[in-house]
Amino acid sequence: MAVLLLAEVTDGELAMDATAKAVTACASLGDVTVLCTGATCADAAAQAATISGVGKVLCAEDAIYGKRLAEPVADLIVSLSGDYEHIVAPATTDAKNIMPRVAALLDVMVMSDVTAVVDGSTFERPIYAGNAMQTVKSSDAKKVITFRGSTFDAAETGGNASVENIGAAGDPGLSSWVEDKVAASDRPELTSAGVVVSGGRGVGSEDDFKIIEALADKLNAAVGASRAAVDSGYAPNDWQVGQTGKVVAPNLYVAVGISGAIQHLAGMKDSKVIVAINKDEEAPIFQVADFGLVADLFDAVPELTSKL
Amino acid sequence: MKVLVPVKRVIDYNVKVRVKADGSGVDLANVKMSMNPFDEIAVEQAIRLKEAGKADEVIAVSVGVKQAQETLRTALAMGADRAILVIAAEDVHTDIEPLTVAKILKGIVDEEQPGLVLCGKQAIDNDMNATGQMLSALLGWSQATFASEVDIDGDSATVTREVDGGLQTIKVKMPTVVTVDLRLNEPRYASLPNIMKAKKKPLDEKSAADYGVDPAPRLEIVSTVEPAARAAGIKVGSVDELLEKLKEAGAV
Repeated sequence: MAVLLLAEVTDGELAMDATAKAVTACASLGDVTVLCTGATCADAAAQAATISGVGKVLCAEDAIYGKRLAEPVADLIVSLSGDYEHIVAPATTDAKNIMPRVAALLDVMVMSDVTAVVDGSTFERPIYAGNAMQTVKSSDAKKVITFRGSTFDAAETGGNASVENIGAAGDPGLSSWVEDKVAASDRPELTSAGVVVSGGRGVGSEDDFKIIEALADKLNAAVGASRAAVDSGYAPNDWQVGQTGKVVAPNLYVAVGISGAIQHLAGMKDSKVIVAINKDEEAPIFQVADFGLVADLFDAVPELTSKL
Repeated sequence: MKVLVPVKRVIDYNVKVRVKADGSGVDLANVKMSMNPFDEIAVEQAIRLKEAGKADEVIAVSVGVKQAQETLRTALAMGADRAILVIAAEDVHTDIEPLTVAKILKGIVDEEQPGLVLCGKQAIDNDMNATGQMLSALLGWSQATFASEVDIDGDSATVTREVDGGLQTIKVKMPTVVTVDLRLNEPRYASLPNIMKAKKKPLDEKSAADYGVDPAPRLEIVSTVEPAARAAGIKVGSVDELLEKLKEAGAV
């Protein structure tokens, strides 16, 4: 029994946290081989080799894997799939783009956002925006899975796996990369941050979002947002927390001016401690908050920031 | 160019779902059902392409139970030209897996030869986020997922995608499968006259067998349970009290 794990590599850099969490998730499934691919990925492969529990690292470095377009990367994974019963990845946008394509090419189902492993063919995943947990048993010969990072701890480093360079699998020539618009940020990455401060519609404007950012900086936190805040242009879309944005489970989640719609709760209700600051005491967010403060956020947030 | 838009009938996004006590699934009896919100965005985009002269015909298709024809009528009322309903389940509680749906959609694509398939990025019931990618794989087409901007120009499309770090723009060869994200557009409401007119638009009924697809699931649902409930929280009276509690809890 062997596992092929697609490492999260962005522009030559390994996303250590996401990859190490996926290693933990599949540790019980068999020997783990990590696949690093990209236009440059030697450094990422060397780093992946240090994750405890990784048996071997495959490094497929080729210009056609730059930006990891779905068609060539899926073909690469399929070309390697013969030796593996489980083909897995952390549930990032990259993997959600690639893995279902891999599964269909292998004529098997995909299991998305898996939160727990029961046995080699049985897995748990949330459905209906996290309002139900479903246990499914796969009858497929190969299991293609993405793992939700927020429910697994990152595997430690200290491993010393061998790195093997492999060739490219050929370019289907169906798509090409044009440009990236990457939101520059010095703050911790949202999905791996220990503390997240999120703002919603109640914040009122892009300018006023600065008070959310000031509180976040004081807590060394990542900044999140509700869909309303993103749609209104207060915050960029990659800050969105929820069913269709990112799923986070930090130690502390501070929801400011967020009512707590089902779709937002789907992305944060596994946080250890939830704080809600909202002037509407009937807001649904108070039903999941450990500590709720009914107050005007424009008074409470600056006061909280100054007293920290 | 024909545009094919798969739409799914799902529990309305505002409804708080109830898990059945026997663990067999979510209770969908007497619950409000609607078109999957992402699919509304896909239908809207298809209609806009037609209005811009880039598409000749918009075909809405749904796979599932007979009642999904209501969802197709909604798509027709928004502006789709005709609809295909593939009946693959008897009971509303049977969710057809993305792989099966993708295979049926492939059969329809082979028949209809659209130049573009526009899907929602995920259905809000099974939260799989897979059907569009699977269809693209089965067809051997290019794919552009999580689209927030789509510009079709002859034999290629330039698509801006919502990815983890921000936005990514790619160029894909046509024909292609595009899955749409929330920010692509604001779907229109169907007007009453259009709802009436939609009743006269063609709606073909087919079965999974018509496309030679076996709808048997690959994933057996062992159980469906409520997520662990959170312990009740408290309301604090001031920022100072909040800070004190957070310190006690070791959160700051």
